[in-house]
Amino acid sequence: MSNKIATRAAFGEALLEIGRKQENVVSLDADLSGSTKTGAFAKEFPERAFNVGIAEQGLVATAAGLAIARKKPFACTFAVFLTGRAYDQVRTSVAISDLPVVLAGSHAGILTGEDGATHQALEDIGLMRALPHMTVLSPADAAETKACTQYAAQAEHPVYLRLGRSGVPVIFDEKTKFEIGKVRTLNQGTDVVIFATGPLVSSALIAAKKLEKDISVKVVNVSCISPLDVSGIIEALQGVKNVITAEDHSINNGLGSAIAEVMAENGIGIPLYRHGMRQFGESGNGADLYEKYKFDGEGVAEVVRTFLKK
Amino acid sequence: MEPMKKNLPHLAAKVRIDALKMIYAAQSGHPGGSFSAADIITTLYFGGFLAYDPKNPKWKDRDYFILSKGHCAPSLYAVLGELGFFPKDEFFRLRQVDSLLQGHPETYIPGIEIASGPLGQGISVACGIAMGIKIDKKQNKVFSLHGDGELQEGNIWEGVMTAAKYHLDNYVAIVDRNRLQIDGSTAEVMPIEDVAGKFQAFGWEVMKMNGHDFDDIYTTLKKAVEVTGKPVCIVADTVKGKGVSFMENQVGWHGKAPNDEQFASAMEELQKNFDETQ
Ligand SMILES: Cc1ncc(C[n+]2csc(CCOP(=O)(O)OP(=O)(O)O)c2C)c(N)n1
Repeated sequence: MSNKIATRAAFGEALLEIGRKQENVVSLDADLSGSTKTGAFAKEFPERAFNVGIAEQGLVATAAGLAIARKKPFACTFAVFLTGRAYDQVRTSVAISDLPVVLAGSHAGILTGEDGATHQALEDIGLMRALPHMTVLSPADAAETKACTQYAAQAEHPVYLRLGRSGVPVIFDEKTKFEIGKVRTLNQGTDVVIFATGPLVSSALIAAKKLEKDISVKVVNVSCISPLDVSGIIEALQGVKNVITAEDHSINNGLGSAIAEVMAENGIGIPLYRHGMRQFGESGNGADLYEKYKFDGEGVAEVVRTFLKK
Repeated sequence: MEPMKKNLPHLAAKVRIDALKMIYAAQSGHPGGSFSAADIITTLYFGGFLAYDPKNPKWKDRDYFILSKGHCAPSLYAVLGELGFFPKDEFFRLRQVDSLLQGHPETYIPGIEIASGPLGQGISVACGIAMGIKIDKKQNKVFSLHGDGELQEGNIWEGVMTAAKYHLDNYVAIVDRNRLQIDGSTAEVMPIEDVAGKFQAFGWEVMKMNGHDFDDIYTTLKKAVEVTGKPVCIVADTVKGKGVSFMENQVGWHGKAPNDEQFASAMEELQKNFDETQ
């Protein structure tokens, strides 16, 4: 897992590959095309790439219009503006209208780094998973991002694709077969199960390795947060004594809440700790912030030890 | 006002030096727009247009400045530090973990009225302040500063209508018309001409100035605050990256920190300007 690739970079590559085969794919940007990595697609297909300027509400509503006109629009900007600034456009013109728009939000979480709290989306999963019709995908690494992008390109309903700015460790090789929508157990264990999403999946795997002598840690990748693989989650909870959720997102309304809901609704009474953000983020190098907020492998291991009092 | 005026070029040179030092130390930040705005922000704070108290940033009788293009915080931080709103040591911890000076303005930084960075909200915020001042029958002023790319946000035009409807003549909005944004020029990315004509059509008094000519900035601001019955928009012709020749008019310097060599060469040029304006 020493090789690192940013999921937004993998998205950009996938978009180009898909665009070559699928002629109805179009991209929309809002003056951040360098950051969303749509450049390669736009270069090869200039007539299918649009830049609407710094106007995220227009970005999303225009994408909805393109979907009505039988195109497959990828609306791309920072996650915070895509899901926040344009929330009503997403809700009305995309979700309620049930149009096959792909919302690709980069710079999710504190992994965004130096730009600080205003630019770090920590509520986007919550905002998006509250919307019926919306599939919410939060891939863990480059290969899974490509699979999610492929899935989104084929989807007949809206999809939110959560992407990050900085490199995250490669977990899966390029040939891995993904079943988008299902949870995936990446490490077996019995003392605690960590349900992780996005960049926290690799951190959880590193933590599991660090702890293996003392604590048996199961790691489950939840890359599809809505609709949730309820039966897969219940199965993953069998035979474990503790549960931790791990996400670069607010502990409210994100993966942690989603898992808590599954547990409560199914009468599964195991101690649960939601690991995530309990405040707004701040400026700092992404790696430094991951250390401070215990989102790196060492930090997740510490969270496990503290929770299990070991 | 007059006695401060002659120092403005020198003070602005210092602002650029400090802004660049911060960005260099952080190895992250936005020099281009910080430099196109530096002379305007310097004149607002040092030219006598704003009433403030660095020891009491929430002073009830202050005037208000909203940096709507929040990514240009380094120039504002340089001014606020110079004025003593916070210690200048903070400059060198910009954008680092546990630091005061965030990548974009936050309200826990002394002298900052509102969080910004997400573009397009500042005109409406300024309208709210200006309306509150009018309710209280006070004479305080509100200024806001915007990027020209920022004008592409819909929220801008919502605020533009509000200011006109409520005759907010205690409010001056300044557009930093450097003609560049991130993905290219405003003309390529999303044309916004005719900026002056648009504000005029919405019922504003519109003025133009050269955003790097201190006499022009000074006299235009003086005229702007005298206008009654309408809000004023000043379209400032500026150069992105102004003051460092290799950054000037280069879209690539929107949000990039200089390396060691670039920093040395930029500092040489800025220092020369500082010395010459003594
Ligand atoms: C709502 C929103 N969308 C996108 C961005 C990302 N962004 C930061 S600066 C910028 C370009 C700003 O251009 P302009 O307003 O012309 O500012 P300047 O050239 O003076 O730096 C963009 C798109 C943002 N900060 N906020």
